[in-house]
Amino acid sequence: MKIPFKYTLRNILTRRLTTALTITGISLVVFVFAAVLMMAYGLQKTLVDTGSDDNVIFLRKAATAEITSIIMQDQFNIIQTLPGIAKDENGKPLISHEAVVIINLPYIQTGGFANLTVRGLAPEGIRLRPHVQLTEGRMFSWGSREIIAGNSIHKRFEGAKLGDKVKFGGDQWTIVGIFDAGGSGFDSELWGDVDQLTQAFSRQGASSSLLARLENTGNFDRFREDFGKDQRLQTLEVKREKKFYEEQSEDMAMFIRILGIAVTLIFSAGAMIGAMITMYAAVSNRTVEIGTLRALGFKRRSVLAAFLVESLSLALVGGSIGLFLASFLRFFRVSMMNFGSFSELAFSFHLSVEIVIGSILFSLIMGIVGGFLPSVRASRLNIVNSLRSS
Amino acid sequence: MRVLKLIYKNMLRHKLRTTLTVLGIAVAVTSFGLLRTVVTAWYSGVESSAANRLITRHSVSFIFPLPFSYRDRISMIDGVQKVAFANWFGGVYIDKKEFFARLGVDADNYFEVYPELLISPDQLQAFKQDRSGCIIGEQIAQRYNLKVGDIMPVEGDIYPGKWEFTIRGIYKPRDKTTDPSNMLFQWKYIEERLRQEWPERAGYVGWYITEIKDPKNSAAISKKIDELFSNSPAETKTETERAFQQGFMASVSAILTAMNVMSFVIIGIILLVLGNTMIMGTRERTREYAVLKTLGFSKAHLFGLIGGESLSIAMIGAALGLALTFPMIKGFESALPKGWFPIFNLETVTLLLACGSAFLVGLLAAIFPLQRAISTKIVDGLRQIG
Repeated sequence: MKIPFKYTLRNILTRRLTTALTITGISLVVFVFAAVLMMAYGLQKTLVDTGSDDNVIFLRKAATAEITSIIMQDQFNIIQTLPGIAKDENGKPLISHEAVVIINLPYIQTGGFANLTVRGLAPEGIRLRPHVQLTEGRMFSWGSREIIAGNSIHKRFEGAKLGDKVKFGGDQWTIVGIFDAGGSGFDSELWGDVDQLTQAFSRQGASSSLLARLENTGNFDRFREDFGKDQRLQTLEVKREKKFYEEQSEDMAMFIRILGIAVTLIFSAGAMIGAMITMYAAVSNRTVEIGTLRALGFKRRSVLAAFLVESLSLALVGGSIGLFLASFLRFFRVSMMNFGSFSELAFSFHLSVEIVIGSILFSLIMGIVGGFLPSVRASRLNIVNSLRSS
Repeated sequence: MRVLKLIYKNMLRHKLRTTLTVLGIAVAVTSFGLLRTVVTAWYSGVESSAANRLITRHSVSFIFPLPFSYRDRISMIDGVQKVAFANWFGGVYIDKKEFFARLGVDADNYFEVYPELLISPDQLQAFKQDRSGCIIGEQIAQRYNLKVGDIMPVEGDIYPGKWEFTIRGIYKPRDKTTDPSNMLFQWKYIEERLRQEWPERAGYVGWYITEIKDPKNSAAISKKIDELFSNSPAETKTETERAFQQGFMASVSAILTAMNVMSFVIIGIILLVLGNTMIMGTRERTREYAVLKTLGFSKAHLFGLIGGESLSIAMIGAALGLALTFPMIKGFESALPKGWFPIFNLETVTLLLACGSAFLVGLLAAIFPLQRAISTKIVDGLRQIG
């Protein structure tokens, strides 16, 4: 027969302090576990959201990021004529040649410098990114040394507010607008006219990458195959924009995950031991009680189950508290250097269903591992001896 | 003496519980050591920087190059001993995932301003004589099983094309904080090819490393260098190597903050585990403490008894944890993808910090049970049942 859950609950409530300490230990571990996963997921989500499924990006084959990629004018000319690339109403191919450079700006809070991406775009580049909206000021005018700044930049960096002048490429560039890219990676960029930018950095005739739209995105695989066969374009490759940004997040997300999970696993052992100590104490304090239960006719199995349930409840409560606290991290925005692109990227912690399930499972495992041995001991107690003990 | 014996006996009273607590503390101390080691691995760049080296880079960002002509102008400044330069080459060796620094450097001076890169004179000589030669760090040689005379093909990205370098030497790091995973080759090799294929990009280097006579003058000399090139198309920013590295650390501060928070959490967990054990122990012994008090033992005795037990458990746990830390760090290093941390050492500071926090935790964990034991009235204590 099953021992009622109420018995378990009452037991948990009798030794409040010890119970509270155990629960706190488990919740701390789950908090860190969830926080680490949320950070890695947030970084990935931000970059994945940056790319669009409809767009493709052209880069030099060996390049790991846009800043190390170079595409020459003649290659650009060839790509413009490729079949399969979408055209606008005037029959002009929807393709934006872009120049990407990195400039340093100091952090407002901590000093030190960050690498910020400055992207020069062609007018098509704005059309290809419809999720980007101006929120303040105005659009930069083509042919002038004006730039617009992403949402995450103007609050964090010195001299990046509306109306400020940023000095690079031997000239002063005025920030005339602030844009919102919906929490994507573009929020951490500065945008300007590509021709102005290449001129300022005397890179005329070369761009970093090309962004284009295909007439039919479903044809991407065929397009890529034909592209790979084109003898004139052997040094370049084409990718879906979304895939490209996803790859940019891989290194960093893996770094956070490996490190975070390794450390949480180790110190979850600490919390499990804590739970084990509590459960052993619970068993030894209740020896007479257990003897009584057994004498009343409860089976060994029921005693085992009752103690396991007790330990699992502790773990579940701890895990839920940890997860609850971690969920508040969603309101934090982190800005740091992404290894993949070598430039600053702002992102938020992000909670996913997988993380919730993972954290709860993780806490339950801690409860089972911590509670199993003590429960076995409880179920093995000899009725007569345990009734006799004081 | 009697207190010591009592502490010892008390610890043995619940052997299982004490063992578990010691284990718990050991695990936490190990992960603490691991985390701190990762943090110090990040800072190894800062640690390895010499006080007498200045780094001059383009004021906008160091992806922009500086004219080669700056070298002679910098070396004319008073107090400057030697000027070397380097250039980030990037490129891909074998696969995009294989990451290590590949630099085109000044063959004449580079190894002189970086005396921590130990290389035999004849290997250095052979390197200087071979335009397409390279010198690689010990770790790179081991990782890819390379020896002197082998050829390393690199696919260029910033400098497009296929490049081949012949290994002329392998350097050893002098200090524990020296990066053993660089690949260095002659800047002139890149330069000559650029002149033919891409003349407008020729004549530039990435950054200058200036060795100065007296580190005390670093601020003044930095200023002089920057003034020299102000209002030119390529303005410079000069700072000490340490400041440069620290600035770089600021851009990954979020990760460092996260790791620091985690190490506090770990200390918190040790505290909870030990505190739990101590509270249980003292609760069970409430009557005994009352008896001791009746017999005339003072508060100091109780303090010694409870605090001593707590401290002993904490320190045994810490010792065990530290012993485990060494193999753990070795294992972690080999589990990480290659090239993430060229330098991964357990530092003495880490050991001291771990011991210090365990000691502190031992004291803190005793406070609550101690306060309870002292404030319980003798009569109430004697009346307490189980």
